[in-house]
Amino acid sequence: MPQPLPELTIEVLAQILNESAGEGEDPGPDGGFADVPFSDLGYDSLAVLETAGRLRRDYGVHLTDDEVSEAGTPQSLLDLARRRISASAS
Amino acid sequence: MSAVLITGFGIVAPNGLGTEDYWKAVLAGESGIGRITRFEPDRYPATLAGEVDFDPAGHLPSRLIPQTDHSTRLSLVAAGEALEDADLDPSRQPMFGVGVVTANTAGGFAFGHKELDNLWRHGPEHVSAYQSFAWFYAVNTGQISIRHGLRGASSVVVSDAAGGLDALAQARRLLRDELSAVIAGAVDGSLCPWGWIAETASGELSPAEDPTLAYRPFDPRADGYVPGEGGALLVLEEEAAARKRGAPRVHGQLLGHAATFGPRPDGSGTVSPEPLRRAITLALADAEVEPGDIDAVFADAAGLPAHDAAEAAAITSVFGRAAVPVAVPKTLTGRLGAGSGPLDTATALLAIRDGVIPPAVHTRPAPSHGLDIVTGQPREAGLRVVLVLARGRGGFHSAAVIGAPR
Repeated sequence: MPQPLPELTIEVLAQILNESAGEGEDPGPDGGFADVPFSDLGYDSLAVLETAGRLRRDYGVHLTDDEVSEAGTPQSLLDLARRRISASAS
Repeated sequence: MSAVLITGFGIVAPNGLGTEDYWKAVLAGESGIGRITRFEPDRYPATLAGEVDFDPAGHLPSRLIPQTDHSTRLSLVAAGEALEDADLDPSRQPMFGVGVVTANTAGGFAFGHKELDNLWRHGPEHVSAYQSFAWFYAVNTGQISIRHGLRGASSVVVSDAAGGLDALAQARRLLRDELSAVIAGAVDGSLCPWGWIAETASGELSPAEDPTLAYRPFDPRADGYVPGEGGALLVLEEEAAARKRGAPRVHGQLLGHAATFGPRPDGSGTVSPEPLRRAITLALADAEVEPGDIDAVFADAAGLPAHDAAEAAAITSVFGRAAVPVAVPKTLTGRLGAGSGPLDTATALLAIRDGVIPPAVHTRPAPSHGLDIVTGQPREAGLRVVLVLARGRGGFHSAAVIGAPR
């Protein structure tokens, strides 16, 4: 039986990013991974697209390439995906 | 004209990862050829290859792993070793002063195989976004450039297995033009079922299952070659620039190069010594050396009777019968596509450094070829100038003349 998917949180997104595109750069002493631009974390546009592919496969979240490239940080990608998940659930 | 110096190189080969491991294996006659482990080879007409197995996570940053083919990872490892060997820090060079020129025969084939598999087994949404570039011929040049911040003119050369030597020639052109240093050469390989279908379709692979009986170039029993993966990347520098930055060592010089093509595509396709003879003659002229100046020849060594005979005829027509020692270290690795030319070049530089010609294994050359092939044990020899040969499918012939440091 397939495991139920964990709720999509910033930690889960970080994990998916890691699996899709490798470990990001250390965001520095201020921590705050969520609001650090993808580029500062060392993730280029394809890394984010690859991650969006996983969101689509695992969570059924369909994001257009434009939406994905406009989501500049993990938090904004997460917000976008979660809005899409709750919209399809309601 | 200013000399082109080779100030560093990195090697990844089936019988050794890294220059010193490889060279030790070569001198000991240790082969890297074995039964394919990357996939189940039994259903194919050939089952042997020279694989390079390594843990990429131990050598490369984690972000490079999901986006790279095996051959690209190997390229990055070789480029890293080459830069380190040359002690060249690109960030201390002019921003557009250092370039990359690589060659390969297939691009990131195994990566493409995996994504085709994902496409048909699981559906289009399972295909990696990185497929967009990871399969591409130019990917190794691109990844090396990005990783090391090399913004100088860069390119990729595709001329099948002759491409690795042609990449060195292209690097020389860039150095004459404007660059101060170029990373050049080739690390190649496409060991996956998809790549294997393409490779075996030629009908030129040895069907032998015993590694000691496969790939015996110039032997009357030669029945084909064994493919392998790997190669070498070299740092080429314009002499004045190398002296100015204080390059810690000079391995040697690229003295000359020539590439020819033949037979004519509209011809009967007969294998002839002529294109290779012409490449040798032109390369010697380019290097301003005479046949008598050449201390050793690193042969292309196709492992196919007609091609071996053509190469032997080309060599003896320029040098005379048994007049120059011939080295075939690729009997220990298999033919590495475009990677073999640069690997032979790096091996020649090691041979010059240590005054020794490495032995060929498993082959008992036919005396009728008239070649003095070094077999069995390494042969001590003072080497100043060495000729490296490479041929690719479809008519590509290249020759490079490599000289000792001045």
